[in-house]
Amino acid sequence: MNDDAGRPWGKLIATGTVTAILYSLLFAFEQDVMATFTRTDGLYPLLPVAAAFAFSFSHGAFTGFFWDALGVKARPQAQQRSDGADAL
Amino acid sequence: MIDAQFIELTAGNVAFLLIVGFIGGLVSGFIGSGGAFVLTPGMMSMGASGVVAVASNLCHKFPKALVGARKRHRFGQVDVKLGLVMAASAAAGVWVGAGFMEAVRRNYGEAGSSLYVSVTFVVVLTLVGLFVLRDALRAMRKGDSEREETHRFARWVQSVEIPGTMMTFPVAKIRVSALFTLPLGFATGLLASTIAVGGFIGVPGMIYLLGAPSLVASATELVIAFVMGLAGTLKYAMGGYVDIRLAMLILLGSLFGIQLGAIGTTYVRPYMIKLVTAMIMLIVAVSRALVIPVYLGELRVLALAEPVATLLKGASFLVMVAALAVGAIVIVGAMLKGRQLPKEPYTE
Repeated sequence: MNDDAGRPWGKLIATGTVTAILYSLLFAFEQDVMATFTRTDGLYPLLPVAAAFAFSFSHGAFTGFFWDALGVKARPQAQQRSDGADAL
Repeated sequence: MIDAQFIELTAGNVAFLLIVGFIGGLVSGFIGSGGAFVLTPGMMSMGASGVVAVASNLCHKFPKALVGARKRHRFGQVDVKLGLVMAASAAAGVWVGAGFMEAVRRNYGEAGSSLYVSVTFVVVLTLVGLFVLRDALRAMRKGDSEREETHRFARWVQSVEIPGTMMTFPVAKIRVSALFTLPLGFATGLLASTIAVGGFIGVPGMIYLLGAPSLVASATELVIAFVMGLAGTLKYAMGGYVDIRLAMLILLGSLFGIQLGAIGTTYVRPYMIKLVTAMIMLIVAVSRALVIPVYLGELRVLALAEPVATLLKGASFLVMVAALAVGAIVIVGAMLKGRQLPKEPYTE
C-alpha cells in the first residue's frame, strides 16, 4: 500500500464529476434519449457511437484513478499481461 | 415513449446490470476478453431480446477495444497492418451477419433472434470452453514453461505461395496469402455480429491458422474488435436496435471490473486464467442451453407448459448468476491470496 501523497484525488474527482453528469443526463432525459438515439434516419445512428466514446473515455479514466486512489495496483514486471483486456 | 422492443428499467434491473457489468468486466479483464460472452447472456437473462443485447453490447465494447489497442501498441504487440487487413473483411462479416440477424428477427420475432443467439452461444462456448480447459489442464501438468511453437497447420499456410496475394506482417513476423486472412476476418465478423464476441474465431485463427504469436494475436484482435464494434454498432443503430441505457449501464460496472481483473492477472499463474475462462464459458453455455426450449416453445415448435418455461428461465438465470459468482470468487480469492505471498511476480 502506498501513502496518500501519490494518489490522484484531484483527477479522480474531476473525471468522476464528468461521468456523473453524463449518467445523470442520460437517465434524467431517458425517454427523450431513447426516442432520439433509436431514430434510424439521417445521422441519428451516429449518436450511440458518439455517446459510447464520450462515456467510455470519461468513465474509463475515472475507474483507472479509482483503483489507483485505493492503492490497488498490478504487481511489478507483470504488467504487460495485465493490459491484455478486451481481446476476445 | 420507449419502443416496446426495449425493456423497462426498474431499480432491480439497474442493480443487476451494474453487478453483471462489474463481474463481466472483472472476468474479462482477468481472462483477456471483452466479456461479452457473459454480458450478452446477462442482458438476455433480464429479458432483453437477442438482437438488442448484441447491439447494445457491441456499442459498449468498441471504445474499450480502442483504449486497449492503443495501450498494447505502446508495448509493440499490435500488428496494425494485420489488424486492418483482418478488420476490413471482419467489417464485411459484421455487416452480413447483422443483416442476417435482422432478417431472423423480422421473420421469427424476438424469440427467433434470441434462439439464434443462444444456439450460437451454446455451440461456440462449449467448443471453445472445452478446448481452453484441455489447454489449461495441460499447462497445469507441464507447468507454465511451454515454449510457443508455430502450429504445423500454420506452417503449411505460410508455405503456400499464391502470386499477387502475398502479404508480409512485420510485427507478427509472418508472410501469408490474403486468401487466408480474408475468410478468417469475415468469419470473425460474422460471429461478432451474432454473439458480440468475434475473438473466439479471430484469436485462435491468427495463432493456429496464420502462425502469429499469441501475444500479438490477442493484441491485434483489439484493432479488429474496435473496427467490428464500430461497424456493428452503426449497422444495428441504423435499425434502431441499440439500447443506449443498457450499453452505458454495463459500461459503468464493467470498467471498474476490467481494471481490477487486469490487475488480478498479475497475482496468479497463467493456467489459472485459462481454467477460470473455461469454467465460466462452460457454465454460461449451460445457462443458455436451458432457455432454448423456452424460445422453441414461444415459436410453437415445442409444446411447453407455462410452469416448465418459468422454471427453465429461473434455472438459466440462477446458473448465469452462479457462473458470475464462481468467476468473481476465484479471481478475488486469488488476488487476496496473492497479496499475502512474497512479491515475486508470475510472468509468462
